[in-house]
Amino acid sequence: MGNVVVRDYMIPANDFTVAGEASSSVRKILTQLGVTPHAVKRTSIAMYEAEINAVIHGHGGKAHVEIDENKIFIQISDEGPGIADLELAMQEGYSTAPDSIREMGFGAGMGLSNIKKHSDLLKIDTEINRGTTVNITVFFNK
Amino acid sequence: MTVGELAEKLGLEIMSCGSRALNTAVTGVYSCDLISHAMAKLNPGNVWITVHTNLNVAAVASLAEASCVLVPENIEISGQTLERAEEKEVIFLSGGKSAARFCYEILSLLESPS
Ligand SMILES: Nc1ncnc2c1ncn2[C@@H]1O[C@H](COP(=O)(O)OP(=O)(O)O)[C@@H](O)[C@H]1O
Ligand SMILES: [Mg+2]
Repeated sequence: MGNVVVRDYMIPANDFTVAGEASSSVRKILTQLGVTPHAVKRTSIAMYEAEINAVIHGHGGKAHVEIDENKIFIQISDEGPGIADLELAMQEGYSTAPDSIREMGFGAGMGLSNIKKHSDLLKIDTEINRGTTVNITVFFNK
Repeated sequence: MTVGELAEKLGLEIMSCGSRALNTAVTGVYSCDLISHAMAKLNPGNVWITVHTNLNVAAVASLAEASCVLVPENIEISGQTLERAEEKEVIFLSGGKSAARFCYEILSLLESPS
C-alpha cells in the first residue's frame, strides 16, 4: 500500500533484437502485481507502440515508468527529429516509415491512435530536431 | 482445444516451445501482417497467423498473449527468431496452406460441437 514501483529502461535505436523489451518487462511487473488483464493489455498496447516509435522514428530513447495501486505512468522520450504536425501524425494510417521498416510489419500508421485509444491520459511534447516525449497514464480500475 | 491438438489436427509442425503446446489453450484466430493491428486486436489465447517471421513477431505474440504464431505457406522461420521464441515462451507453428485456409480450418474446429 502506498508503494510506488519505479523503473527506467534504455531504448536502443533501430535494434529489433531488443525492441519491445521495456514493454515486456512492464507487462510482467503488472501481472505480478495482480493488475487486471484488461489494464495490462491496454498498457502493453500503448507502451509498445510508444517504445517502437522511439526505436524506428526517434533514434532510440528511454522509458521511465511509475506504478502505484491505481495507475501506471509511462514516459517515453527520445532526442530524435520530433514530429512536425502532431495532428496529422495522430491520424490513423499516416506514417513516414520507410520500406525497410514496413517490410517487418511496422508503419501501419496506427501507433499513435492506438496509444490514444488505449490510454486514459496522453500528453505528447515534441519539438523539431529536439525530440519527442510521450506521457501515458493508464488507470487500473477502468 | 490446445495448441498441441491443433497442430496434430491440421498437420502443423511445432517449431518452438513444444513443451507448452499441450497446456496452452486456443481461444480463437486472428490473421494480419500489420504489427499494430495484431498488437491491438489479438485476444489472449488467439492463434496469430502471419507471414512475418522477424524477431518482433515473437515479442508481439508474447505481449499480446497469443497462444501461438502460425506461419503459413511453409515460409522459412530463421533460427534467430526461433531462439527468441524459446526465450519468450512463444510457440511457432508452420504449415503449407494459405492464411485464409488455416483461418477457415481453425474456425471450423473451434465452432464444431465436440
Ligand atoms: N518518437 C517519434 N519521433 C519522430 N516522429 C514520430 C515519433 N512517433 C511518431 N512519429 C511520426 O508520426 C507518424 C505516425 O506514428 P504512428 O501512428 O506510430 O505510425 P507508424 O509508426 O506506423 O508510422 C510516424 O510515421 C512518424 O512520422
Ligand atoms: Mg508507430
